[in-house]
Amino acid sequence: MKVLKQLRTAFLILVVFSILLGVVYPLVMTGIAQLFFSHRADGSMIVSNGRIIGSKLIGQQFLLPTYFHSRPSDCDYNAASSSSSNLGPSNPELFKQVREQINQVRTENEIADTVLVPADLVLASGSGLDPEISPQSAFLQVSRIAKSRNLPIELVRQLVINKTQQPFIGVFGQPRVNVLTLNLALDSISGQNRH
Amino acid sequence: MNSVIIYLATFFTILIALAILSGRYMARVFNGQPTFLTPILRPLETLIYRICGIHEEQEMSLKDYSVSVVVFTCISLIVLFLLQLLQKLLPFNPEHFGPVRWDTAINAAISFVTNTNWQSYSGETTMSYLTQMFGLAVQNFVSAGVGIAVAIAMMRGFIRKEVKTIGNFWVDLVRSVVYVLLPLSIILTIVLASQGVVQTLRPYVKAQTLEGKQQTIAVGPAASQVAIKQLGSNGGGFFNVNSAHPFENPNWLTNFCELLAILLIPVALVFTFGSMIRNRKQGFALFYVMLILFLLGFGIALWAELSGNPMLGKIGVAGNANMQGKETRFGVVSSVLWGQSTTCTSNGSVNAMHDSKMPLTGLVYMFNMGIGEVIFGGVGVGLIGMLFYVILTMFIAGLMIGRTPEFLGKKLGPYEMIMAVIGVLLPPVALLIGSAIAIISPVARTSIANPSAHGLSEILYAYLSAAGNNGSAFAGLNANTVFYNLTLGLAMLVGRFATILPGLAIAGSLANKKTVPTSIATFPTTSILFVGMVVTVIIIVGALTYFPIFTLGPFLEHLQLFGGKLF
Repeated sequence: MKVLKQLRTAFLILVVFSILLGVVYPLVMTGIAQLFFSHRADGSMIVSNGRIIGSKLIGQQFLLPTYFHSRPSDCDYNAASSSSSNLGPSNPELFKQVREQINQVRTENEIADTVLVPADLVLASGSGLDPEISPQSAFLQVSRIAKSRNLPIELVRQLVINKTQQPFIGVFGQPRVNVLTLNLALDSISGQNRH
Repeated sequence: MNSVIIYLATFFTILIALAILSGRYMARVFNGQPTFLTPILRPLETLIYRICGIHEEQEMSLKDYSVSVVVFTCISLIVLFLLQLLQKLLPFNPEHFGPVRWDTAINAAISFVTNTNWQSYSGETTMSYLTQMFGLAVQNFVSAGVGIAVAIAMMRGFIRKEVKTIGNFWVDLVRSVVYVLLPLSIILTIVLASQGVVQTLRPYVKAQTLEGKQQTIAVGPAASQVAIKQLGSNGGGFFNVNSAHPFENPNWLTNFCELLAILLIPVALVFTFGSMIRNRKQGFALFYVMLILFLLGFGIALWAELSGNPMLGKIGVAGNANMQGKETRFGVVSSVLWGQSTTCTSNGSVNAMHDSKMPLTGLVYMFNMGIGEVIFGGVGVGLIGMLFYVILTMFIAGLMIGRTPEFLGKKLGPYEMIMAVIGVLLPPVALLIGSAIAIISPVARTSIANPSAHGLSEILYAYLSAAGNNGSAFAGLNANTVFYNLTLGLAMLVGRFATILPGLAIAGSLANKKTVPTSIATFPTTSILFVGMVVTVIIIVGALTYFPIFTLGPFLEHLQLFGGKLF
C-alpha cells in the first residue's frame, strides 16, 4: 500500500514539474527573451535587401576567391545538422585532410611551401559552424582578396584590422574575425553585390 | 601567459565566492529556515505539496526514502520513453520528426533520468521541441534535484543521533528544484539569451548565403534548456555538437557563465555540507581535496593541449596548435578548462570535441570520470562519492593507528565500509566488463571511428562516461546502435544506483548511531594530513583500477605520436 501511495505521489509530482518546468518555464523564458532581445533570441539573423543571408553566429561556406574563407567544416556548414568528424590526434586520416587543406590554402593564396599556416584555417571546428577565424587566417587571405577584387592591399588589410575583435580587457576571449560580417563589409566597400 | 593566469584567477575567485554564498543558502533551504527568496517561493512550494498530497513534516525512514527515489526514477523513465515514441502525434513539432527509434529512446530515457545526458541521437534532427522542453529539460531539473536531495539526506546521517529517519524525499526534491535550480536557471537563461543563445518556438530558418547557397539554420528554445543542463550537471545538448554550437555558446561571456554554472552547485554543496554539520572547516577540507585533484588534472591536460600535436607541425601547421574540434572563440585554454570541469562534475556538455584532443588530455578526462566523478562531481552525487572515499580513507587511517575508524563523531563499522566500497567499485567493475565485451564483439567494433589505441579509448570513454553518469563522449564512436544503446543504458543505471543507494544506506545507518565524543586519539579530519590522505587514496584507487587499460589506450597513443608514428 505504501508503495502505491508513493507511486501516486511520484506521478503527481512529475505532472506538476512537467507543467512548471516543461511548459511554464520555457514559455515564460521565451516570452522574456522575445520581449527584450528578440533579434538575438531568434538567432541573430542578418537581413540584406529583404532576404535572410544567414546568422551572424553561424558560419557559412565561402568558395569564391573574392571572399574570405571560413574554417574547414565537417558538416559543410549544414546548420540543420551540426557535427564534427571527431578525428583523433593520431589518425592518419586527420593528417591526410590537413595536408590537402594546407596545399589548397597555399595554392589559393600563392604562398610558399615553407610558410606555416594558421591552425584554425586548416583544422576543422568542433561545431562545423564556427563563424570566426583568427586574424592571422584573415591576413593570410588579404592579398588574394585584394587581387581578385582590384582593391588596394592596404584597404583590405585595414578592413580586417577594423573587423578584428580583441579579447575583452586583453584577457577574456580570443582575437577573432567574423567571416560573414567581414565579407559583407568587403562587399560594401567594393560597391559590388553579387546578388 | 599572464592573461591565462588572470583569466583562471578571476574565474576561480568568482566561482568560490558564489559557491560559498550558495552553499550557505542551500543549507538554510534544506534545514527549512527562511531565506531571502522564501517570501516569493514559499507559496509555490506549498502549492506543490498541496497538489501532490505531500506532508512536509512527515519524515521518511531509509527504506521509504530509497523506494521513493527508485519509484520516481522509474516513472520518469517510462514517461520520457513514451513521450519520444509519441512525439509525432503531439504538438510543438514544427519539423515533423517521427517517433524516436526504440533503442535510442530507451537509451535517452535512461540517460536523462539518471542525470547522465549521454546522447546517441542528434538533437536537431531527432527530438521535437516538445520532447526537448517537456521531457528532456524537465528531467534535467528533477534528476539534478534527486541528486541534491540524496546528498542532503546523507548529510543528515552525520548530524542526527539515534533516529530512524533521514528527511522527506519529496520535500528535498521540491526544495532543490524550487529554491535552487529554478531561480538560477531563470537568471542564466536571461543572460544567455541576451548574448545570442536562441530562445524561440519558430521553425528552422531558411537563409540564402552570401554566395547564394541555401542554408537551413536550426533554432529552438535552447537558452532555457542550456541553463539547466549546465546548472544541473546534465550536459545534454540542445544541438548535436552541444556547447560548441554557436547558438548554445556564442562568445567568451556565455562560455564563462556556463562554466561557472557547471561548477557552481557541485562546489557549493561542499560548503553546504560544512554548514549542515556545523563544521565549516570540514567543508573546506573536502573542498581542498577536490581543488587539489582538479588543478593537478587541469595542469596536465592544459600542458598536453598547449604543447600541441608535433605531427601537425611537421606538415606545416603553425605552433603545432591542435585546433581540430575546437572553436576559434574559445581557443585552447577555455576548451581544456571546460573539458576538465565537465569530466570532473559529470556534466556531459562539451565546447570542443574530446575525441580530437591530445591523448594525455583524454587520459585526464577519463581518470576524472573513472574515479567516480568526485572532484566536485555531479550535483549531489559527487559529494556522496567523495564521502565514500572519505570513509575508505578513515578506514585505512584506522588500520594504520589500530583504532576503530570514525568520522564526524560516528563510528564507521563494516556496514558503512561495505556500502562505501560498493559505491567506489561497482561502477568501475561494470564499465570495465562492458568495455571488454564491446572490444571483443565484432558488431561493437564497427562503431569505432579512429584506429588502434585511440579506438580503444573511444570505447573505454563511452563506458566511463555512462557509468560515471557523465554524458560526454569520444563522439567519433557511433553509439546509436542497439548494442551500445542497451549496454550503455545498463551502465548508466548501475552508475546511478550504485551511488545513490549505498549513499542512502550509509545515511540511514549513521543517523541511527550515537555520536562518540572527540578525544585526543581522534584522527583530525580537517588537517592537511587528512586532505593529503584522501587525495592519495583517490589517486591510488583510480590508478589501480585503470592503469592496465590506460596503458593500452591513451599512454600508447601518446608514445606513438611523440615517437613520430601514426596508426
